[in-house]
Amino acid sequence: MTPTSAAPKVEGEDLAARVQTGTHFMLGDHACAEGALAAGLDFFAGYPITPSTEICERLAHRLPEVGGKFVQMEDELASMAAIIGASVAGARSLTATSGPGFSLMMENVGLAAIMEAPCVIVDVMRASPSTGLPTAVGQADVLQARWGSHGDYGIVAYAPSSPQECFDLAIQALNTADQYRIPTFIMMDEIIGHMTERVVIPPAEDIPFVPRKTPSEPPGEGTFLPFKPDEDLVPPMAHAGQGYRVHFTGLTHDEQGYPRLTAAAHEKLVNRLVDKVRLNAEKIVMYEEYLLDDAETIVISFGCTARSARHAVTLARQEGIKAGLLRLITLWPFPETRIRALLDTGRVKEFVVPEINLGQVRREVERLTQLPVKRVNNPGGAMITPDLIIEVMER
Amino acid sequence: MTQTVLTGEKKTDTHPVDALLRADRLPHILCPGCGIGTAMHCIVHAMAESGIDRDKHVCVSGIGCSGRVAGYIDVDSYHTTHGRAIPFAVGIAVQNPELAVTVVSGDGDLTAIGGNHLIHAARRNIDLNVICINNFNYGMTGGQAGPTTPLNAQSSTTPYGCWDRPFNLPHLAHAVGAPFVARWTVLHVRQLKDAILRAMQKPGFCFIEVISPCPTNYGKFNNIGSGLEEMESYRRRCVVDHDANLADIEIDLGQEDSPIVVGNFIDVDREPFRPILAGPVREEKPHAAWAGLRKTQFVEDKNGPE
Ligand SMILES: Cc1ncc(C[n+]2csc(CCOP(=O)(O)OP(=O)(O)O)c2C)c(N)n1
Ligand code: SF4
Ligand SMILES: [Mg+2]
Repeated sequence: MTPTSAAPKVEGEDLAARVQTGTHFMLGDHACAEGALAAGLDFFAGYPITPSTEICERLAHRLPEVGGKFVQMEDELASMAAIIGASVAGARSLTATSGPGFSLMMENVGLAAIMEAPCVIVDVMRASPSTGLPTAVGQADVLQARWGSHGDYGIVAYAPSSPQECFDLAIQALNTADQYRIPTFIMMDEIIGHMTERVVIPPAEDIPFVPRKTPSEPPGEGTFLPFKPDEDLVPPMAHAGQGYRVHFTGLTHDEQGYPRLTAAAHEKLVNRLVDKVRLNAEKIVMYEEYLLDDAETIVISFGCTARSARHAVTLARQEGIKAGLLRLITLWPFPETRIRALLDTGRVKEFVVPEINLGQVRREVERLTQLPVKRVNNPGGAMITPDLIIEVMER
Repeated sequence: MTQTVLTGEKKTDTHPVDALLRADRLPHILCPGCGIGTAMHCIVHAMAESGIDRDKHVCVSGIGCSGRVAGYIDVDSYHTTHGRAIPFAVGIAVQNPELAVTVVSGDGDLTAIGGNHLIHAARRNIDLNVICINNFNYGMTGGQAGPTTPLNAQSSTTPYGCWDRPFNLPHLAHAVGAPFVARWTVLHVRQLKDAILRAMQKPGFCFIEVISPCPTNYGKFNNIGSGLEEMESYRRRCVVDHDANLADIEIDLGQEDSPIVVGNFIDVDREPFRPILAGPVREEKPHAAWAGLRKTQFVEDKNGPE
């Protein structure tokens, strides 16, 4: 978990309206929206698409109640551009979509990365490619979240496994976006988005809040360099209307923000965009371990599939298979250090990677080990059952 | 601005709009005879005269030669992606309604790749000033045809002459609901500046088409000649008609004897977009049919939070 201050962003009546403290029986999509509201979401722009629509609808109701802004845009190209625009004007902003819209948003994910405009993109994954199975589960946008826009840049992507985690990770994602000034993803899947479960919303004062860094010098002195990073590689951010007269561009730029079209300037900028996530990966990475201590068979999974995987591990143990689960909470950064440490014990004999795609996380695991990495896949449309996972373990 | 002339002698004369420009970014990239600099001049003058605090002005551009304008004006400025200047600006304008947001971009940027955003922002009447610099081609990428390239015109992608019908931009903007619509050329510096000023002071979506020479990539291939010669043809051909029937003001650039109609065509009152603000102290209430979207079922908490 990243270090957090407990200071809430909003106060008084607004805060009470934002944070619906209590125990709820709540849809995953709604829980995601409520988490974002609790974390101080100011601005939502989006375009309806199954299975993410309930996030959009919920925020259409709830944002106006707390003084936030909701805009339904003409498409996802516009939605993505609008949340970046709102971000540079000081908003905590978010959009929500599914595969077809996620592809359109990729254009300006790169702009958010190079402008260092914090924002959150929720992708509730359905079976793809193209229109695929609009109402059925998929998990095949994992690599797209990491590599979907052209070029090299750093992002963080979370994968909730329950409605409760949709709530918690929405808060985490808005904080991470602001802390590192990056586009941040919440990679839900149709089953998690459409699952209704117990969600506990804590008191407002327990909602972690990590603010965006702001310039230390006042405006008007002409000394502030909008893209000069601090030691953590993240520059403080000046917003439109504050008087700093900033220039932001999608072109390669210098610390002033002015275009600097040279290989040297490009190297400096792009390396920093990647490094601010890469060098902080250990702080950002989140995962959950289940029976890993003596495990010889390591199951790696995420999202709805991790729920099957957990049950499969429990059943496998009853059959005497020394199985354990590493559940990814961040898909990106990938928990390489943890996996390497497991390998270093010499105990691990194999990996099993169940996922509702044809091997996207498996590819990451294979990159780290020569051991067998067994696949349990389908390309979308149905949950992977625990039986299937055990069957593969036993092979 | 400090200029070094060929003799090496230093001149320290300042220009009246220096203070409004990012002098440290000059000289600009625009070609000799290009009209974009003149349009930019009108924009900064309008900003200065607007009575709006300079720190509340924001300039947003897309990609293209015209899209470079945001980079030269000394206000908070955003040079975005090709076609997305308007939705980016929508995010700024909706988030902070105190800001006067001016979008400056090219005909290709705003009406081809960004055409969908143009019509929807106008339909919603978002509080934006949109200045579309129409040079009848994609200047930045070397003179390809676009949605404003006249019939039969030459361009690198219409070597047999352009056979698509071009947009009539004021007619389009009016049809999709813009409450202020004007067209001027860069020859009409005063009228253009005044139109921009009006747009800055008027709430809602204001659209101004600025006809501008691109001698490098359009004029040269279409018997127009230099930037100066193109300006000369504007002088000969332009007819000011604020009451023109917008359906009739298509530009037939290749026909020397056809007029170019300019003017402030539309200026009507229309309620601008504002985001709904509901809640305890506000007026709007959602329809009861949607109550389920807001309320969640509270469950009895037997075990306490875990
Ligand atoms: C998505 C995308 N497609 C294509 C381009 C290449 N491109 C850059 S500018 C431009 C056209 C610019 O034309 P216009 O908007 O009319 O501006 P002008 O240069 O004429 O002022 C194109 C096609 C791009 N940058 N991005
Ligand atoms: S290519 Fe055309 S539009 Fe671009 S700067 Fe040159 S003259 Fe102007
Ligand atoms: Mg053009």
